[in-house]
Amino acid sequence: MADNAVKRNAPTPWTDGASAPLIHFEGISKRFGDFVAVDHVDLAIYPGEFFSLLGASGCGKTTLLRMLAGFETPTGGRILIDGVDMTGIPPYERPVNMMFQSYALFPHMSVEDNIAFGLKQDGLAKAVIRDKVARSLDLVQMSRFAGRKPHQLSGGQRQRVALARCLAKEPKVVLLDEPLAALDKKLREQTQLELVNIQDRVGITFVMVTHDQGEAMTMSSRIGLMNAGRIEQVGSPVEIYEYPGSRFVADFIGAANMFEGTVKGGGGRLAIACPELAHDLEVAHADPLPAGSAVTVMVRPEKMMISRDKPEAGLNWAEGVVADIAYLGDVSIYHVRLTSGRKVQALQTNLRHTEEQRLTWDDAVHLSWHPANALVLTR
Amino acid sequence: MKAVSGRAGRFLVGLAPYAWLVLFFLIPFLIVFKISLSEARMGIPPYMPLVEWADGAVAQWHISLAGYGALFSDDLYALAYLSSLRLAAIATIGCLLLGYPAAYAIARSPGHVRQPLLMLVALPFWTSFLIRVYAWIGILKNEGLLNMALQALGIIDEPLQILETDWAVSIGMIYSYLPFMILPLYATLEKMDLSLLEAAADLGCKPFKAFLAVTLPLSMPGIIAGSMLVFIPAVGEFVIPDLLGGPDTLMIGKVLWAEFFDNRDWPAASAVAVAMLVVLVVPIMAFQHFETKRAEREG
Amino acid sequence: MNNRAAALYTALALVYAFLYLPIVLLVIYSFNASRLVTVWGGFSTKWYGELMHDHQVLDAAWLSIKIALMNATLATLLGTLAAVVLVRFQRFPGRALFTGMVSAPLVMPEIITGLALLLLFVGMEHLIGWPDGRSMTTIVIAHVTFSLSFVTVVVRSRLSQMDRSLEEAAMDLGARPLTVFLRITLPIIAPSLVAGWLLAFTLSVDDVVISAFVSGPGSTPLPIVIFSKVRLGVSPEINALATIVVALVGVAIAIAGRVMMRNERASGG
Repeated sequence: MADNAVKRNAPTPWTDGASAPLIHFEGISKRFGDFVAVDHVDLAIYPGEFFSLLGASGCGKTTLLRMLAGFETPTGGRILIDGVDMTGIPPYERPVNMMFQSYALFPHMSVEDNIAFGLKQDGLAKAVIRDKVARSLDLVQMSRFAGRKPHQLSGGQRQRVALARCLAKEPKVVLLDEPLAALDKKLREQTQLELVNIQDRVGITFVMVTHDQGEAMTMSSRIGLMNAGRIEQVGSPVEIYEYPGSRFVADFIGAANMFEGTVKGGGGRLAIACPELAHDLEVAHADPLPAGSAVTVMVRPEKMMISRDKPEAGLNWAEGVVADIAYLGDVSIYHVRLTSGRKVQALQTNLRHTEEQRLTWDDAVHLSWHPANALVLTR
Repeated sequence: MKAVSGRAGRFLVGLAPYAWLVLFFLIPFLIVFKISLSEARMGIPPYMPLVEWADGAVAQWHISLAGYGALFSDDLYALAYLSSLRLAAIATIGCLLLGYPAAYAIARSPGHVRQPLLMLVALPFWTSFLIRVYAWIGILKNEGLLNMALQALGIIDEPLQILETDWAVSIGMIYSYLPFMILPLYATLEKMDLSLLEAAADLGCKPFKAFLAVTLPLSMPGIIAGSMLVFIPAVGEFVIPDLLGGPDTLMIGKVLWAEFFDNRDWPAASAVAVAMLVVLVVPIMAFQHFETKRAEREG
Repeated sequence: MNNRAAALYTALALVYAFLYLPIVLLVIYSFNASRLVTVWGGFSTKWYGELMHDHQVLDAAWLSIKIALMNATLATLLGTLAAVVLVRFQRFPGRALFTGMVSAPLVMPEIITGLALLLLFVGMEHLIGWPDGRSMTTIVIAHVTFSLSFVTVVVRSRLSQMDRSLEEAAMDLGARPLTVFLRITLPIIAPSLVAGWLLAFTLSVDDVVISAFVSGPGSTPLPIVIFSKVRLGVSPEINALATIVVALVGVAIAIAGRVMMRNERASGG
């Protein structure tokens, strides 16, 4: 596997260079007084995408979504939807519909009336509205509950009604603000795939805001990772996880062991000296870096093999003792203290019920990883 | 918001209540202040204009401090002020002593009975205040029910003179204002996190000490709001001292009423009102400050 | 139940007794044949009969109801607007003054408000010839001025608890601001409007002091009539009137309670 693996995948609208974006943020900024919520964001989202804006709370992702919906006015830049400048266009005239974190179902209206609300605003004929409401309800399998009031529904059912209400108007874009945050863990995981399937069926572009990386990874075609009002990296879940563009991204998504080091030389494979490790590292890296460059080497815990035996030649390796073990059932995470005192995480799948040779505290172990399974970060 | 509704729309929405309150609340107070500085006279209206334009150009000022002069020269006024503050304070303390246990009991009762219990506190408010005060005349007078009951029980031989004393006024005020104390107290007590008391107990604090150390300080906003809601209107109360008090019951509301309706001395009545406002301005401002903070927390 | 709880509930029971005993006594003695409050002269409904023939009381009651209806409606309208302004418009010139003017009438001694309004009316009549004397109009204006604050408090609390995203959702689905207000905001805050209206109505039919200042000879509302009767001493007729008021309020509260409970359930709190 090389770091250009993604480029070998099938062409997508965002890589083929020919497709026009459906949503285009051009230098969008938003200030609240002295606070910069969104800072010169440029972003293109393509038709049919399931795009996630991922980030910690306060990173500006919700503000960006609300500007797209028209609830906030950008202080700089402009937003185009399908080529039309949205500046000055109020929320009720935009071709987008939003699903709110609280679902925002109108408490005084039945499920049916909630879904019909948007259609009535368009002045459609009664028969057409009835037809569209029925189809939306069917799509989310809520037809049986058409006459209920929101307070008579469970959390999961409310979530479906909220989705149906968004879809009923057949907007160009559906915006989802933390759509699953209010559900419990099991239901959330089940709903993630269901949402993706519905999106696939209706073919509408979805833009979702979430702070849950698992959710973003499961559901999205692409993720825009945000930090302090800026977009750190845009990419598919695989790109973001396997090839993070910066220390921030590597650290934010999943767990990462990072070693500061200096390039000693080499092309294609760099030799890197890390003060925390006894041996120099070899890491695959396509772009040449001059000797002496300060870099960070990132290795994911599941890419580190752990064993009592000395690893075979050609692998990077380090020695240490097991300091802590987090047994999670399916996997175990070993916290290994290296000779330098540095702690490193290694993850191992528990393949058997019982393991006679199972590692335990204070065992002397070797950690090893392939040069292609580490990554050199320069930012 | 700007995208949501135009400036013109917002302006129109705000204009009606704003204009109403300026015209019928703010300006009248300025007029009270103005007339308190006027000279009294016989006629309609019974005061002199502050400025008269003699010969078209020369202004003739008629500023008089006579209305205020009386406030200081006749100690009736000073006594009435002190007596009003004293009776209002008694009413506030009485309401607090009765209202706190009641509010506490409601707040700690099972969830489904809280609303009905609270409703029972607010219910008397919906029947006429005047009639409820009137009911106390029948209870408190010499041949009234309270004296009859006490005599029948052999506690007293001679009827107690309660009606037409400050006692009756205090009872009437506590009775009338009690719901205004209980409701805000309940609101803060109900919101309190009960695990705080469990934590206090867990850390070795006895129930009564836990009450003093945890519950009481946390219910302070309710105590303050309730006390303001009782104290401020009680200072200016007129109906209760008029019906339940006697000729020696001095309250500033009664004095103002007498100046206005009996003596027809508008400047003096206005001066009394201004002086009452000066006394109340600190608690009123404090009340507004707390109310604004509370509303902001809610919003 | 432990001792502490028992003590608390005893205190609560005493408070309820304190609040309700006077009212119960009024009701009982309204059926007393004797004129003396303390002597039970047998059951009689004669005071109700006398009340029904007292034109002064009946006319005053009718006037009070008319005033209260107008006051409640106008106060609810203005009070709701004021609540919208306070909750939704965070910054505008004179906000501090507005906040002050809205909450001051809640605690302002009525005697001051009454005097101030009367002086305003006299001054206006002097300047522009309106209002012509003291009438129902001046009473309504005075009542609206102090009762709109109470409406604002009630509506404001409901409005600030309302989920803003409901309005955004409506707008997002294509509803213009006016439609959003009429179809979403108004139905959701409606219970508080009803509560505010009832509160304003009650404050108006109950008011003595402010009415005493701003009512004229031809327009005497019920509380003023009762007040002048009561000042002369205890009158069984007033007991009968009180009983009727208590009965009406009881019925109204029972109905309102049921409606509110249904609404609360329907709107999920």
